[in-house]
Amino acid sequence: MPLYILKRFIMMIVTVLIIATLTFVLMRAIPGSPFDEERTSNPTIQANLEKFYKLDQPMPIQYLNYLKSIVTFDYGPSIKKPNESVNTLLARGFPISFELGMATIIVAVISGIILGTFAALRHNGIIDYGAMTFAVVGISIPNFVLATLLIQQVAVNWQLLPPATWSSPKHMILPVIALATGPTAIIARLTRASMLEVLTQDYIKMARAKGLTPFRIVARHALRNALMPVVTIMGTMLAGILTGTFVIEKIFAIPGMGKYFVDSINNRDYPVIMGSTVFYSAFLVFMLFLVDIAYGFLDPRIKLHKKEGEV
Amino acid sequence: MDVIGQQMANASNLGDAPAKSEHRPGSGIATEEKRKQKKTISQEVMLSVRDLEVSFKTFGGEVQAIRGVSFDLYKGETLAVVGESGCGKSVTANTIMGLIPQPPGRIRNGEVIFKNRDLTKLNKKALREIQGVDISMIFQDPMTALNPTLKIGEQLIEGLRTHHKVSRAEAKRKAVEMLTLVGISNPEERLKQYPHQFSGGMRQRIVIAIALICEPELLIADEPTTALDVTIQAQILELFDEIQHKTGVGVILITHDLGVVAKIADRIAVMYAGKIIEIGNKREIFYNPQHPYTQGLLNSVPRLDLQEEELKPIEGTPPDLFAPPEGCPFAARCPYAMEVCDRIYPATTQLTSQHTVDCWLQDPRAKAVLS
Repeated sequence: MPLYILKRFIMMIVTVLIIATLTFVLMRAIPGSPFDEERTSNPTIQANLEKFYKLDQPMPIQYLNYLKSIVTFDYGPSIKKPNESVNTLLARGFPISFELGMATIIVAVISGIILGTFAALRHNGIIDYGAMTFAVVGISIPNFVLATLLIQQVAVNWQLLPPATWSSPKHMILPVIALATGPTAIIARLTRASMLEVLTQDYIKMARAKGLTPFRIVARHALRNALMPVVTIMGTMLAGILTGTFVIEKIFAIPGMGKYFVDSINNRDYPVIMGSTVFYSAFLVFMLFLVDIAYGFLDPRIKLHKKEGEV
Repeated sequence: MDVIGQQMANASNLGDAPAKSEHRPGSGIATEEKRKQKKTISQEVMLSVRDLEVSFKTFGGEVQAIRGVSFDLYKGETLAVVGESGCGKSVTANTIMGLIPQPPGRIRNGEVIFKNRDLTKLNKKALREIQGVDISMIFQDPMTALNPTLKIGEQLIEGLRTHHKVSRAEAKRKAVEMLTLVGISNPEERLKQYPHQFSGGMRQRIVIAIALICEPELLIADEPTTALDVTIQAQILELFDEIQHKTGVGVILITHDLGVVAKIADRIAVMYAGKIIEIGNKREIFYNPQHPYTQGLLNSVPRLDLQEEELKPIEGTPPDLFAPPEGCPFAARCPYAMEVCDRIYPATTQLTSQHTVDCWLQDPRAKAVLS
């Protein structure tokens, strides 16, 4: 196990490094520079600014500086907001995005699994059709459309919930619904399909022959086996949700990372782009790692360590 | 032939279903049939299946999987149910066990009497109190019958703890005892392992241990050795024998393997197209089969002591159970078929105290005509 974790850890570092390099190349491939807007600035000021941010140095040196900043976790100040460092921006924005993302994934996983399980247990019944109709609708409607609809109906017309910002649990409800509907639908469909398959297995029949209660059969024998595909997509889904928060944050005026991230790209604010991309990719790679570990707990047949074989 | 058929058709204004009362094998199990001295088969009927009819709804129509099955099981005996694939063996087992999903399944008629209760009429809760406690089941494939994500200790004791109020420690002690009974060494260690850490034969032993942990009176084994290789088969059959001697459990053995039947059965029921066409004790069925299908079945077993190169199959295929024939379902394949066979299902003829057959050839009226 420790060896496996070490291996994975090295792989993670390599992955993040590749992402960082690609980001650097792409970033510099986009035409323009951070100082384009200031049309009036004279060449001397421009040159001084570039010197301050070390943008006058040759590309390879810049790349090395950039790698150094990743390793030391010090991206320096933002170009657009010189009095704030990238780290403070991350420290301010990321916790909010993280909160939104986590709330979404928890809601999506729990409601998706419940919906999918009941749909499978009542296969071809009303609940099944209801759940699957919801699933198709949920997958089809983009979250930003749902977000605007929710604001219009729930917040503006009915005045039930606040339409924007991020200051109390009440404020979380609409953005989380908007963001979680799609993933819920996907998880529900997946759970239903794999549950239907598991329910036909011999060990379920055997559990019934033991005279166990239906609840125990589902909770103890079926669900755990049915959840493998759900865990599999959790990794990519997490990525989707975390990046999806950017759009939702914009719509609900939530002061998360999304705002800074999009702004930084528009402004060619190199340190912020680099800092947030590397931070996010490192976070996602780590989450995927956790998903892999989770396999081992769900299914004892999957061994994360090679030796220590059968008895 | 024509005349005989006509006369027989006239002679019998039959109720087409097998006659009920004459179907019961008489009392008095012949003691010389006992395979071993130790084994005691009482004359007490523990399970009585009467006129059972089960069908399944499919897109193509309703499949009549079993069409009037009746038999009794005595305490402590092993009844083998044999027949080819699709003849309704497993459906019979699952119906007794209460495992027929309804819908698409439907018990159209009949009863399964166990301890003075009709199992087909019980609600799910009452049925659960019998499943695993009084009646247990062993499944065909031990590779899929155990849950891969639960430790086998857990799978062993959960049935016990569902039905009886026992402490975890007490249940564990019982589990160890069961594993020892089925011949698994190091039971304490083994309880903590997962199914994938066991071989196929070991897993079947565990499945048997699970089935027996609540000390059931009836064990239904649905092709328990089919998925195992031959040496393991022999071991598992030995185990069955041993357990039956120790616990006196009644066994219904579903199989298509006549070798298995010869080894452990006391009585044999031969099923064809959803009906029991012949039932008798082992000696009667093996040495004096009366139904042409049973004869064909026995003839098709390859024999090592004869210099024959080819197998002798029964020609033709079983009838379509979407629309089963009115008469004897075997008539189309039967070398001795008469006209009456196509039209009317034969009544059950009692040959000896235990041996009955559903065949016109054995009908007393047919003999009267011939003589």
